[in-house]
Amino acid sequence: MAHTASRKPPRVGDSPIFRRSLIGVVLILGALLIVAPLLVIGHEAFKQGWKVYIDTLSHPDTRHAIMLTVITALIAVPVNTAFGVAAAWAITKFDFRGKRLLLVVIEIPFSVSPIVAGVAYLFVYGLQGLFGPWLDDHDIKILFALPGIILASMFVTAPFVARELIPLMQAQGRDLEEAATSLGASGWRTFFSVTIPNVKWALLYGVVLCNARVMGEFGAVSVVSGNIRGQTNTLPLHIELLYHDYQAAGAFASASILALLAVFTIIAKVALERRGAGRRKTLSDAAAPTGP
Amino acid sequence: MRRNILPGLRLSLGITLFYVGLIVVLPLAALVVKAASLGPAEYWLIVSSSRALASYRVTALSALVATVFNLFFGLALAWVLTRYRFPGRRIVDAMVDLPFALPTAVAGISLTALFSSNGWFGSLLSEAGIKVAYTPIGIMIAMCFTSLPFIVRTVQPVLEDLDPALEEAAQSLGGSDWTIFRKVILPLLTPALLAGLSLSFARSLGEFGAIIFIAGNQPMSTEITALLIFIRLEEYDYQAAAAIASVLLLTAFAMLAVTNWLQARALRYTLKG
Amino acid sequence: MKIRLDNVIKTFDTFRAVHGVSLEVESGELIALLGPSGSGKTTILRMVAGLEYADGGHIYFGDQDATDIPVRDRGVGFVFQHYALFPHMTVAENIGFGMSVSKVKREKAAIAERVNQLLKLVRLEGLGDRFPAQISGGQRQRVALARALAVDPKVLLLDEPFGALDANVRHDLRRWLREIHQELGITTIFVTHDQEEALDLADRVVILKEGQIVQQGTPQEVCREPKDAFVLKFLGDANRLAGEVSGGIARAGGAEIAAGGASDGPAEIYARPRDLDWSAEGPGVSATVSRVLDRPGERRVIATAVTGEPLELDVDPEREIAAGDTGFVTFRRAKVFAL
Repeated sequence: MAHTASRKPPRVGDSPIFRRSLIGVVLILGALLIVAPLLVIGHEAFKQGWKVYIDTLSHPDTRHAIMLTVITALIAVPVNTAFGVAAAWAITKFDFRGKRLLLVVIEIPFSVSPIVAGVAYLFVYGLQGLFGPWLDDHDIKILFALPGIILASMFVTAPFVARELIPLMQAQGRDLEEAATSLGASGWRTFFSVTIPNVKWALLYGVVLCNARVMGEFGAVSVVSGNIRGQTNTLPLHIELLYHDYQAAGAFASASILALLAVFTIIAKVALERRGAGRRKTLSDAAAPTGP
Repeated sequence: MRRNILPGLRLSLGITLFYVGLIVVLPLAALVVKAASLGPAEYWLIVSSSRALASYRVTALSALVATVFNLFFGLALAWVLTRYRFPGRRIVDAMVDLPFALPTAVAGISLTALFSSNGWFGSLLSEAGIKVAYTPIGIMIAMCFTSLPFIVRTVQPVLEDLDPALEEAAQSLGGSDWTIFRKVILPLLTPALLAGLSLSFARSLGEFGAIIFIAGNQPMSTEITALLIFIRLEEYDYQAAAAIASVLLLTAFAMLAVTNWLQARALRYTLKG
Repeated sequence: MKIRLDNVIKTFDTFRAVHGVSLEVESGELIALLGPSGSGKTTILRMVAGLEYADGGHIYFGDQDATDIPVRDRGVGFVFQHYALFPHMTVAENIGFGMSVSKVKREKAAIAERVNQLLKLVRLEGLGDRFPAQISGGQRQRVALARALAVDPKVLLLDEPFGALDANVRHDLRRWLREIHQELGITTIFVTHDQEEALDLADRVVILKEGQIVQQGTPQEVCREPKDAFVLKFLGDANRLAGEVSGGIARAGGAEIAAGGASDGPAEIYARPRDLDWSAEGPGVSATVSRVLDRPGERRVIATAVTGEPLELDVDPEREIAAGDTGFVTFRRAKVFAL
């Protein structure tokens, strides 16, 4: 009997018919549900030619929306990053009561509708809210202005950096930091020369995801922004406005910028995963106590 | 509890608690307080109004359909990505994250363009007499799109880490592929599947941007709960907005609790005796 | 069931793990595949099970060519190194798994009864309702064995069965496995890198190196007549001296040893610490004691020969000897291999 080189015994689901049909079904559904929406954006954006595309993107309202989106990201992302790092340090390097609860609370924004988040902010900073009257008396504008947009974006993306860092730092334990401290390094020195180098790719990965969600946030921001054209419209809100103004080509032209951002985010994600970031188990795994 | 050797507990925990308190807890608490200030009778009247009930029904039903679809599609995707090698696998793997990275409003308008009666898919479907855009089916498709990555990304790592010896043991004991999948592999994936299902369902219940463009937004038929809240706000009916928003919020919390409980049950066997 | 391997070959990518191994295992025999890591012993076991397919050669179960029969139809019981118990099933469900998925349908009650018999056989009565995470390593090992036996396998295959256990548990389980084998009389092959385990347990030991059989035989045969220096060293501590053979006598550092069949020319002389002794006068290898280690039942002397080679020898515990003493190392017994 002739043997072909190095055959493997079939694993579960390895029969050729099953394998091919499952791959086929997944590829077809994936093309219809994931790839087609991406392609149609480009198609619609250029339907009326390059000129309309360029005109939309160079319109002052669009440029203002892009600027507002970038400013929001420039503030919300670093703040969320600082929070994520602090939370990861506290949770993975120390044992304290209520750690599990804290982890649950950090993850809440994932389960809460962005509309609910927006409404909740209304009841803190709006005229009907806790601080609204006081803020109004002192002429401080948070809602229907940039600060409100930034706060709502921070809520929606609060867990991103923390959830990338916590499982990784949990897995790496405390030995390295304890060794550095015992050698006389200060806390900050230990943090910057021992902790950060070991988690830098995961940190960057969290930052990239956080940025994509901040720039694309729609529901929460549409509640707190007031939708004032040329003043409080971020790019996603601007898309809605154009779309409802029957300027579909303009809406898709603006959407194409955010679609490009999404594609860039995915490419960055793949690159960072190759360096070992991401794809870890859930946050709750990190809640288990370590050490004796 | 052991003594802390490392510095920075006060600072890092202080920042964490302050931030979580200010950004997450305070607004949600304000919402709950506002809703509670209504009084039981008035609250009940608002949250059980026929328009609100209709919105819960269409939202929950669509989320259920989308989650069940994603249970099968997500599991199949995770399986194909971990168990088979084929050209383009890495690209498919990367594309799974697109719904997560693509802003919801962008997804909303592009799905609408695809499924409206003159779109790529909509024109084909309308020949077959199926209308998707501006119907509950549109809502379901938008939810399927936005919640797809959750099940894939929770199941995939568990499937990758599954000990091959378990499968080999089951094979050596004479189990057929289907039996091994049903009795060995699926039970070991269950905790991850539950986590994925819960995230996917919660995401669908709260989704706004991807849906409002394709849904048609007709009260009593294609108006989702998140949109109803938004409409009440535009009408300056803040109390109604607070009440209905609190229903969505409490549902999300209840889901978290139920999922945790189910997961703990599904993992009972890992506990030491 | 008699098992026969005929010139079996296995290659992983470009690495050849098993080179033309031929082996016969008699019905009811208990065989150890012994070798260092990378010797191909686990690969051979997995090919017998059908968990790997051979790239060349044939595997016969009795008269049937089993080379290409998939594992699920091969009728083997396999005990995995880390047991591979199904974590979500109880001990009883694990043991009953093979019967409940079998094409031959059995009543639930019949399965339960057989599970109870097996629990008794492996001395785990009363633990049927526990989950694998809730029992000890030794108990898990026995569950894995019971699960493999439940399908009435033609052959029992064990991959490093005691590798993950504490030394004392390992000892008990070893004797117990021997008893079970005696009781059931099932053809059994196990893989180990621990020579003591192989010699204690097996009817026959097959010693492997780099994917080939170096020697096979009863424990007595391989211990008394090691075929080469590799087998000798692998089976236990041994001293090595460089020497010269001429006229049937090997000479090294002043000692003369019968060379056995070794041909004239440069040779290696091997002797176990028990086979050496210390004396004040020759003839022997003159040496200086560098350390004395005390152990229960013996003293181990570490000495340096005039040639600079280190020697270890075991002497009676009462023997007066100390570091710095000079004298001679004498040979009771030694093996000489021509280079």
